Amino acid sequence: MRREPPQKLTDYGPLFFPAGMLIVFFVVPFATMIAVSFFRRDPSGFYTPDFVFDNYARFLSLFFGKVLGFSLFLAVMVAICCVVLAVPFTYLLSRAKRRTQVLWLVALLSILSLSEVIIGFAWSTLFSRTAGITNLLVMLGVMEQAVALNPSFSAVLTAMVYQALPYTVLVLYPALVRLDPTLTEAARTLGASPIKSFFTVVVPALRNTIVATLIMVFIFALGSYLLPQILGRPQHWTLSVLITDQAIYQSNMPFAAAMAVFLVLVTLGLVALTVYAGRKGEAA
Amino acid sequence: MSGLTLQNIVKQFGQFTAVKNVELTVPHGTFVCLLGPSGCGKTTLMRMVAGLDLPTSGAIQLDGKDITNVPTHKRDLGMVFQSLALFPHLTVGENIAYSLRIRGIGKEEQKKRVDELLSMIHLTGYADRPVAKLSGGQRQRVAIARALAISPKLFLLDEPLSALDAKLREAMQVELRQLQQRLGITTIVVTHDQREAMTMADTVVVMNSGEIRQAAAPVEIYRRPADTFVADFIGMTNLIDFSADSTGANVLGTPVTGLAIPAGLKSGVLSVRPEDVHLTAPGNGAISGTVTFVRDLGGTIETFVEAGGKQVVAVSMPNARPDVTVGQAVGIQLNPADCVVLKS
Repeated sequence: MRREPPQKLTDYGPLFFPAGMLIVFFVVPFATMIAVSFFRRDPSGFYTPDFVFDNYARFLSLFFGKVLGFSLFLAVMVAICCVVLAVPFTYLLSRAKRRTQVLWLVALLSILSLSEVIIGFAWSTLFSRTAGITNLLVMLGVMEQAVALNPSFSAVLTAMVYQALPYTVLVLYPALVRLDPTLTEAARTLGASPIKSFFTVVVPALRNTIVATLIMVFIFALGSYLLPQILGRPQHWTLSVLITDQAIYQSNMPFAAAMAVFLVLVTLGLVALTVYAGRKGEAA
Repeated sequence: MSGLTLQNIVKQFGQFTAVKNVELTVPHGTFVCLLGPSGCGKTTLMRMVAGLDLPTSGAIQLDGKDITNVPTHKRDLGMVFQSLALFPHLTVGENIAYSLRIRGIGKEEQKKRVDELLSMIHLTGYADRPVAKLSGGQRQRVAIARALAISPKLFLLDEPLSALDAKLREAMQVELRQLQQRLGITTIVVTHDQREAMTMADTVVVMNSGEIRQAAAPVEIYRRPADTFVADFIGMTNLIDFSADSTGANVLGTPVTGLAIPAGLKSGVLSVRPEDVHLTAPGNGAISGTVTFVRDLGGTIETFVEAGGKQVVAVSMPNARPDVTVGQAVGIQLNPADCVVLKS
């Protein structure tokens, strides 16, 4: 199909609506946040317009550095766990019968309808000493006595992986369905066992999709602020928790804004790095 | 015995029987074409030979060893898929070397073998190109080289040339046949293109609805079809009903003598190739008919004659151009030796 470049102003018409939405609901709030991050906090009130770097300076401490480091580490772990679980699962799903596929996809979509709060409390019950899954293990004779599994890092990680997994599967699914099934068959006729053909053909052929999915889950996990509070100890709190704390409980909007801006910048930097590394790997 | 043997192979998908009691022997070093209309079970049969599908019952033997339940990756075969299935993330050289890499063969040896294969398929110097940058014919050759990298015992090709344009396909058929003869490798090709089968095969296996209808040399299949399906499917033919009694046969209302009709057969079908239909002047014992259409293709001339309510086609070369026009009454002369008597 030949596309002509837009000639008149009205040719740009279809762009007005999304552009307007983006400006009103993204550009304006984000610009406001950047502006607020340079404001001065007023302990008696809210904040006063100003242009100071105090908020950013306060952030540059070992404590916040550690929190930022932990947040990034947690998000990376969630992304890796999700992709490691979802790629083989989605691959098998895409090769399954139509009925099985629909059933699984409906089940996964229904997880998406659960709020973060419900997921958090459900897992905290499952991880508790009195009503948790360890009681089941005791009943089966695997464990001596029931123990509490939360608060802990594993509990936070498990719940966040549970929450992000449906998104991961749904993002990977179209690419895996489109993958030519004869590729793995060809690998098998050439002497690769099913497992070997999965790692030498399916995974490399989907490299770009997998990298994109990793980035998506990473960003998704960075924003999580409820699950670390419900299932983790204070040392498992992420930067998002501190931002919420500053913004809502400490009424320190300028500092919260500064942290948020910083988080966005670090995230963008990491994503850019990943994309750059991916490009370079492709060229080589 | 060496070669491939299929014993009483049956494949069912639920209620549907895709392959019915197939018996076939492919001697070592021969080229066999599985030929048939789509849905006749030829691809399913090949997939079972490759181990990508398991037969519901029956046994497959390769060089005297039972391989019915041996997984695909342990069968040491090479297969070219209809979609070619070249790995998009690998270069031409890496694609060809894949089976060697999987078997843990050293880098040096891999490179040597890849260079060998590239020169065999006339693509020397293409090793580092991405497969997406190749033309259709080149991709075809890379797929063939990849399948042959380990010098497999069995070389399978599933509709290998269907994606190519007509000219390239004809050239590749000859090339593939010459390659197979040079390497002396046992080869099975699935195709629905009878020209392809006739060009390449030592043995053509004609299949329909899951059964083998005839397995024989190409010329034999053409000259002596086993039944009306084979006669009709391979090339152009005239299928003419006849009736017979103790005194002789009656074809399209005219007695014809000399046909080798089995005793007791009351009626049947004659398969006569159009080039064996001779047009003469009417009368004199010939079947009488009327010319309805003349198609002059330059290289051959097809004359359509209506006789006894049936249409008969005669094909002649330009040097024996029949001097007829539409509407003219003509006689049809059949040489009994050219007529194949089939049950209807």
